[in-house]
Amino acid sequence: MDLTILWFWIIAVLFVGYFVLDGFDFGVGMSLPFLGRDDTDRRVLINTIGPVWDLNETWVIVAGASLFAAFPEWYATLFSGFYLPLLVILIALILRGVSFEYRHQRPEASWKRRFDAMIVVGSALPALLWGVAFANIVRGVPLDANHDFAGSLLDLLNPYALLGGVTTLLLFFTHGVVFVALKTDGGIRHRARKLAARAGVVTVIAAAAFLTWTISSHSATAVVILAVSAAVLLIGALVANAAGREGVAFTLMAGTIATAVLSLFAALFPAVMPAINDPANSLTIANASSSPYTLQMMSWIALCALPLVLVYQGWTYWIFRKRVTREHIPEAAH
Amino acid sequence: MESFLDPLILARWQFGLTTLYHFLFVPLTIGMATIVAIFQTAWVRTGKTHYLQLTHFYGKIFLINFAMGVVTGIVQEFQFGMNWSDYSRFVGDVFGAPLALEALLAFFLEATFIGLWIFGWDRLPQKLHLACIWITAVGTVLSAYFIIAANAFMQNPVAYTINEEKGRAELTSLGELLANPVALAAFPHTIFACFMVSAGLVISVAAWHLARGRNLETMRPALKFGMWLMLIAGAGTTIVGDQLSLAMVDAQPMKMAAAEALYTTATGADASFSIFTLGTPDGVHELFSIRVPYLLSLLSTHSFDGTVEGINDLQAHYAALYGPGDYAPMIWVTYWSFRWMIGLGMLHILVAVVGLWLTRKGRMPQNRWVWKAAIWSFPASLLAMSVGWIFTEMGRQPWLVFGLLKTEAGVSPGVSGLSVLISLLAFTLVYGSLAVVEFRLILRAVRKGPEPLEPAAEGEPASVVRATVY
Ligand code: HDD
Ligand code: HEM
Ligand code: HEM
Repeated sequence: MDLTILWFWIIAVLFVGYFVLDGFDFGVGMSLPFLGRDDTDRRVLINTIGPVWDLNETWVIVAGASLFAAFPEWYATLFSGFYLPLLVILIALILRGVSFEYRHQRPEASWKRRFDAMIVVGSALPALLWGVAFANIVRGVPLDANHDFAGSLLDLLNPYALLGGVTTLLLFFTHGVVFVALKTDGGIRHRARKLAARAGVVTVIAAAAFLTWTISSHSATAVVILAVSAAVLLIGALVANAAGREGVAFTLMAGTIATAVLSLFAALFPAVMPAINDPANSLTIANASSSPYTLQMMSWIALCALPLVLVYQGWTYWIFRKRVTREHIPEAAH
Repeated sequence: MESFLDPLILARWQFGLTTLYHFLFVPLTIGMATIVAIFQTAWVRTGKTHYLQLTHFYGKIFLINFAMGVVTGIVQEFQFGMNWSDYSRFVGDVFGAPLALEALLAFFLEATFIGLWIFGWDRLPQKLHLACIWITAVGTVLSAYFIIAANAFMQNPVAYTINEEKGRAELTSLGELLANPVALAAFPHTIFACFMVSAGLVISVAAWHLARGRNLETMRPALKFGMWLMLIAGAGTTIVGDQLSLAMVDAQPMKMAAAEALYTTATGADASFSIFTLGTPDGVHELFSIRVPYLLSLLSTHSFDGTVEGINDLQAHYAALYGPGDYAPMIWVTYWSFRWMIGLGMLHILVAVVGLWLTRKGRMPQNRWVWKAAIWSFPASLLAMSVGWIFTEMGRQPWLVFGLLKTEAGVSPGVSGLSVLISLLAFTLVYGSLAVVEFRLILRAVRKGPEPLEPAAEGEPASVVRATVY
């Protein structure tokens, strides 16, 4: 098998892992003002992702580094081209990460409010901007002969990309709220289920519009099958949520995000960064990839390491499988 | 205006500042993970509660610091593509591999097991929970290895061929890349130095409490432990530093010449090492200096009659090899950073030796200055670490990858100076404010001191400790 194809799909799987996992972290973060009625509630919410947000976020580091190793041209063009949106994502991730660790360090309400706000904004911005970025990759951007981005910031803010951003924002929000319903009990759980039902309706509309737009310009069979599956899984998730089957609803939401992301990669293949100004300038798996030797080495390592990673991360989720409730939150913990 | 918005200068400032900042937290992450693991092991083995208190106390400082290491690391990972896209294209085939290995083999491990450790106190059996902090510690050291192997390629490119058609370096042997002689010396040097910095923290904190007569039962063993660790790590840093000098002279003779501001080639006694020099800032004219004869020859060649090449000869040599240009780094930076690294390091080995002597058999010195010196251990060893990296990285200039790619050729051609300026300002602002918050939090945790253990809740066995809850 051609290793560049294998690596294209490994990168796809790493981003699927990132969006499925950090996706619900973003959703939980954004849900603070909706589901957290008091400080204890907000702490319950944050503690549902407490042990895992860091490992979830690490998926994007692995995805980025693998992109660098397997497709250096793609890495170089993507991150220099999407400079300012990426800057915003990085700053948001910084503020969100420290907020989880620092908000409980002091008892004052004003201190906590500040970090709560940073968690909300720090979750919402990446959820929006990753969608904008991926939609732009699929749509194509202007590239020069050196494969450098030749457009301006405004080129990135086109209607298709913005719709993509709104779609990921809503998908991750619903995903996170469904996760809260699965991981908590009592009042929050109840409210989360109701909120998921309402948010779900808006999400279906946005996702349907975005995926239809995608199919209309990329009509390969695989893309259509994946996009339609995503839509079906999303509706299934909402039905399961309404029926109170939280585990099923969460699994189907994860499936929705996975198939939606894969449909974008399928739409892209075999290009990795299509140039809309001149197809000759496009980056493809052939001209963006590393040498066969590097890909071969990386393949052996990834194929040995990834299963192991999945085992110990799965075990972590198993250890922390219990629901978090208000009773678990000690009174004044500092 | 032109130079103010020069993307190259701004990108260099940004990389330097963000990396220096990242590396303020990394040494503590690497060192403290192991130190906390040692305290916890001591508790599990002996059941003595003061070890558990130390685990919690230093563990809390470790965690406040850890968060910053993680979030600033993400920036590092993406910056190569953002600001240095032509560099990424040129070296990605070689340099991407260790970065991907680091993420896949080390970061996943750390990020997963640290979560298990923080939240697993009451969910995991005691031994398994202890294993989590050890696995985290192994992960931190592993990640340092891969990133240093990547950096070593920039200092001393090995295991590559140039693909003319694609205009890039391509990997020929992963094993050889990871066994780069510069990496083999720089890795233990850095790890030992990380332990010096962490020992510095343990000493500073313990001394602060002891000087005020507080928490004697926990802080006395902590002080002793810290000083022994400083001594051992300091010896390790020095011994390996000597090996590193040899590897460096081999790979980049210009860096050694610049470290000594040695303009003309010198042999034997003339190859002296100046401990202190007053002169014009560029080092061309010397006004006053204290010199140790032969020392530079010893450092660079391990013999008394070695020859150390001077900047002028090397400059002529490189100009003939690579074409016209200036091949010397900024001399005053390399000269002084090299001295501060060694000087501050040596000073702290001395502090540890004197401290161990003064506290022998349970004595407590009364002199205020002794305690002051101990309290300054941490900031001073951290400074030694930072200037060491400034020396390494600025001494590599004008090369980005030594002999292969100049720094000016690596910068992103498509990114405007304005974009880089915006990001530089944004990072400076965010990093600056976070530094203040983090510093205050650590100070607060330090002042509070080790907490008395909570009595076990009803129905829980006494050995169960409540997990941290956000
Ligand atoms: C506490 C910190 C500390 C201390 C006391 C020392 N060093 Fe160091 N040194 C570092 C911390 C450091 C570092 C971690 O900052 C560097 C930067 C890159 C590296 O590998 O380690 C470094 C780099 C570095 C380099 C540059 C390598 C290169 O550019 O390729 C040399 C030659 C030395 N050191 C040599 C020494 C010697 C001979 C020392 C003592 C006698 C010494 N260092 C003490
Ligand atoms: C953590 C310790 C490190 C510190 C404190 C540090 C510091 C610096 C500084 C001060 C510069 C600016 C030099 C100049 O422009 O004159 C720089 C540049 C750079 N460093 Fe490092 N560095 C560190 C580790 C690394 C590592 C591990 C890598 C690679 C894996 C790396 C890659 C680079 C690159 C690509 C540049 C930009 C190009 C340049 O200006 O040469 N650095 N670093
Ligand atoms: C310029 C090059 C560097 C890059 C690209 C880089 C990348 C990163 C990244 C992405 C993280 C976050 C990991 C996470 O989320 O878990 C991180 C943290 C860390 N880095 Fe760096 N780093 C650089 C310099 C260094 C150096 C020089 C060292 C060691 C000598 C180092 C060692 C560590 C360690 C131990 C952590 C601790 C936190 C953690 O991994 O979770 N880094 N770095």
